[in-house]
Amino acid sequence: MKTDTIAAISTAYSESGIGIIRISGEEAFKIADNIFCGKKENFSLENAKTYTMHYGFIVDNGIVIDEVLVSVMRAPGSYTAENVVEINCHGGILILQKIMNLVIRNGARVAEPGEFTKRAFLNGRMDLSEAEAVMDLIKSKNEFALQASVNQLKGSVSSVIKELRSKIIYEIAFIESALDDPENYDTDGYGEKLFGILEEIEEKVEDLISHADDGRILKEGIRTVIIGKPNAGKSSFLNELIGEERAIVTDIAGTTRDVLEENIKLGGISLHIIDTAGIRKTEDTVEKIGVERARKHAKEADLIIYIVDSSVDLDESDEEILEILRDKHFIVLLNKSDLDMAVTERDIKEKLHGFSDFEMMRISALKHRGIEEFEEAVKRLFFRGKVSFNSEVIITSMRHKEALLETAESLSMVNKSIMAGMSEDFYSIDLMNAYAALGKIIGEEVGDDLVNEIFEKFCMGK
Amino acid sequence: MPEFREKADVCVVGAGHAGCEAALACARLGFRTVIFTVNIESIAMMPCNPHIGGSSKGHLVREIDALGGEMGKNIDKTFLQSKMLNKSKGPAVHSLRCQADKAEYSRSMRMILESQDNLTIKQAEVCDFLLDEVSGEKKIVGVKILTGGIYECKAVILCTGTYLNARCLCGEAITYTGPNGMQSSTHLSKALENAGIKLRRFKTGTPARMDRRSIDFSKMEEQFGDERVIPFSYETDPEDVQIKQESCYLTYTNEETHDIIRANLDRSPIYAGVIEGTGPRYCPSIEDKVVKFSDKNRHQVFIEPEGRYTNEMYVDGMSSSLPEDVQLAMYRTVPGLENCKIVRNAYAIEYDCIDPGQLHLTLEFKEIKGLFSAGQFNGSSGYEEAAAQGLMAGINAVRGIQGKEQIVLDRSQAYIGVLIDDLVTKENTEPYRMMTSRAEYRLLLRQDNADLRLRKIGYETGLISREQYEYVCEKERQITQEIDRLKNTVIGASREVQEFMVSMGSSPLRTGTSLAEIICRPEFTYEAVAAIDKERRPLEEAVIEQINISIKYEGYIERQIRQVEQFKKLEKRLIPEDICYEDISGIRIEARQKLAKYRPVSIGQASRISGVSPADISVLLVYISSKMK
Repeated sequence: MKTDTIAAISTAYSESGIGIIRISGEEAFKIADNIFCGKKENFSLENAKTYTMHYGFIVDNGIVIDEVLVSVMRAPGSYTAENVVEINCHGGILILQKIMNLVIRNGARVAEPGEFTKRAFLNGRMDLSEAEAVMDLIKSKNEFALQASVNQLKGSVSSVIKELRSKIIYEIAFIESALDDPENYDTDGYGEKLFGILEEIEEKVEDLISHADDGRILKEGIRTVIIGKPNAGKSSFLNELIGEERAIVTDIAGTTRDVLEENIKLGGISLHIIDTAGIRKTEDTVEKIGVERARKHAKEADLIIYIVDSSVDLDESDEEILEILRDKHFIVLLNKSDLDMAVTERDIKEKLHGFSDFEMMRISALKHRGIEEFEEAVKRLFFRGKVSFNSEVIITSMRHKEALLETAESLSMVNKSIMAGMSEDFYSIDLMNAYAALGKIIGEEVGDDLVNEIFEKFCMGK
Repeated sequence: MPEFREKADVCVVGAGHAGCEAALACARLGFRTVIFTVNIESIAMMPCNPHIGGSSKGHLVREIDALGGEMGKNIDKTFLQSKMLNKSKGPAVHSLRCQADKAEYSRSMRMILESQDNLTIKQAEVCDFLLDEVSGEKKIVGVKILTGGIYECKAVILCTGTYLNARCLCGEAITYTGPNGMQSSTHLSKALENAGIKLRRFKTGTPARMDRRSIDFSKMEEQFGDERVIPFSYETDPEDVQIKQESCYLTYTNEETHDIIRANLDRSPIYAGVIEGTGPRYCPSIEDKVVKFSDKNRHQVFIEPEGRYTNEMYVDGMSSSLPEDVQLAMYRTVPGLENCKIVRNAYAIEYDCIDPGQLHLTLEFKEIKGLFSAGQFNGSSGYEEAAAQGLMAGINAVRGIQGKEQIVLDRSQAYIGVLIDDLVTKENTEPYRMMTSRAEYRLLLRQDNADLRLRKIGYETGLISREQYEYVCEKERQITQEIDRLKNTVIGASREVQEFMVSMGSSPLRTGTSLAEIICRPEFTYEAVAAIDKERRPLEEAVIEQINISIKYEGYIERQIRQVEQFKKLEKRLIPEDICYEDISGIRIEARQKLAKYRPVSIGQASRISGVSPADISVLLVYISSKMK
């Protein structure tokens, strides 16, 4: 059973110099002690005085993760009026995430949106006149988080979760129908059968868990959209970045009809890359939809990569693309620089007169040239704070992971019960917990799902 | 019309299973009670199936008994067959089910009512209420009957079942009658609406009754009762229920049956759109089963006796509203029913009831003080669900008059708590039936421990005697003491012990092991370790049962207890009665509307309302704490 100690990354997610993880609740010191190694031997935060700061290391299984300063605030003299520990670490997103995961593993749970403030208020740390503001904050933060949770989830992941849930609820419904109408539904040998079904489900949950950190679950990172005319080499460029042939690359213009999405790490920075169909005037309806989608993606992008085929002249379609770039952060890549150049930096600069500053360079996706320069350009933009993450995404990914771990734990309880020879009525409770935990990821509550499933799938009624 | 006036404390409208429990509770607590019924022959009538109990319903009966209700005692006196269902499953889902002798059940209950002090039975149709308005608050002060009498009273409990504006349908034949051809109640609905109560329409159905002599039982599977019958009531001597039991019979429908049904669907009032009411999905008519589960080529049909002194047999599993000619044709395709004669045809019944969201958890109307309701009128179905509500409504009606604190059982205390909380807090679109899956703490809410859970409350309300209560206290003491002893008695790995372990098909002990740990092994029970337990003293069977369950399922039970602790925290955080949800802009509009409609008493109850999110609850908490300071 989890304690009710909460944690969150409480600084912005950028490559800033420092980041803070805040832990609040009864167990805050105990949890921090588990992962913090002070300079002095046998040092413990549990015994530290309030309003003191301590130098040391965050350690995971003997491996040092970061050098940190930890501050201790004892109840009620803290923001939440609970025991609070703040870990000041080096601001890298990866490090923050690692430490946060460690905190969760040691018994804290990811704070709900606005929960620190809520606790501060409920514990009397805030003025009553602030109640209205606190309520609005909770509401807006939650709405945003919910949106982020659903929007950031990859379509494929949410369909996997839906599928797992529907399998689980079917089994619960069977068990409950059999308990309700035992003369009609027979459960002989059901335990073994379920064991097999669960194995498959558990495998998929484990798969999701292992991918929860590397961003393959969420559209995590800087939303980066690749646009350009057909056959400018967008897919070749993406392949170059990913290092595998994911996008379909042909010489025939207009092959990338669907939008491809990929998460990559470039010099420590996560990019969520969207490869769009080429933009050009087209009568082909399928491609038209693709182009429309590309336009939409470009609009929502944090960063646009505009790939120009420098071996052919600019035309009407380029004009359209340039319109999309207005007021956006973007990098222009003059591709096919290994061929004779029909377009140069000067041509582009002329066209982009009056646009906000941008980066431009020559590359050759085919000859693997210019990729390092591109990487440098992305870093420059990022560290200058021109482009940044949607911060809600990391928190979302942690909540998802927490829910997945809960699912896995519930499923393993089911297995244990089956092996111990317990009857169905015991483990259907844990199955229900797994179902509820998975629902949190896609923002769905349990409600009357079970009763509906029973009546829909099983003929009841003596 | 000239009127006559009578005085009472409580008026109970309707004498079905809810009405009987309600009236008995009030009268037993010393209040002058009048119970009205449109027909005195219909007291505790069972117009549908002939069972009391069954999965989760058996739990309700045990709880009613633990609280001092009558249903368990009455069925123990009048059953024909008894079975403990789910015996191969965990103790939480063991459920007792009896076949009742319907006429005997009704007659016996009527006798109980007739011999109860403070209780008067009155055959009359209640047609109106007398309301009083004191400083904007409506209060009930009496009822009026159709023949011109006025009964002044302090509380009224509505238990009108399926009688309000009832309409029975059998194909094209429609009669405006209540269940089983009884006179319906046609005036009260209007009075309710005039009082501002919102009504809705539900439907349910029942199968045909057949002449036993026209059935060929040799083509069916005979179904027997348990060899050793366990009584429902804690007061019944187990020896008294070891009677000669009657059998039931199992047969099946087939494709021919289904073809007939499909060919005549256009004559079914449901499929023809004649029925307005919403029916229950858990108890589908045979038409529904054939349509919705078309992949099933047969459905079970149980042929069950209606009583010892009647030839009528109940055709369980084949309720229908098809015309009688189709009914006859379809029943006759079922093996054993080829020559069947229908005594009473199957029919569907529609009736007025309420959306129970209008009630407090005490079953009192939020807008009318002193007016309570229970049973099918509240949108539930089933005799046991009705009786449970009737009992609680009766208790609370009396406590309301006394100005005592109302009694609300919560979801961790009883199935009755789950039932009422679900009715009052959740959106119900069909007649509500109890199911074990609705009870999230069901490992704790077992039929075997209803007395341990509820006798104390029964004693405090006054329906359980001091002697009965002390008996349970002693039982509890013995259980705790013996479990304690078993945990602390360590058995050494002597040769004698090791031989015993092996002889029981278990593995030898590695080190000294407590008796409790040995009992925990799947091969053992408390009884089975008697040979190595030298200090054992004789204990009652019921005590031993509790010891076995507590030790064997300790881990699961502990987990549920921890969940209950969390649950209780939220239940204890009360919401001020005068809260105005319109003011709380931080709560989403949908949630605000729901909260305003249900007006939950606690944060826990609020969180169970569909459409209220955890974020809404957070905001609500902040709001309440800002107003309390």
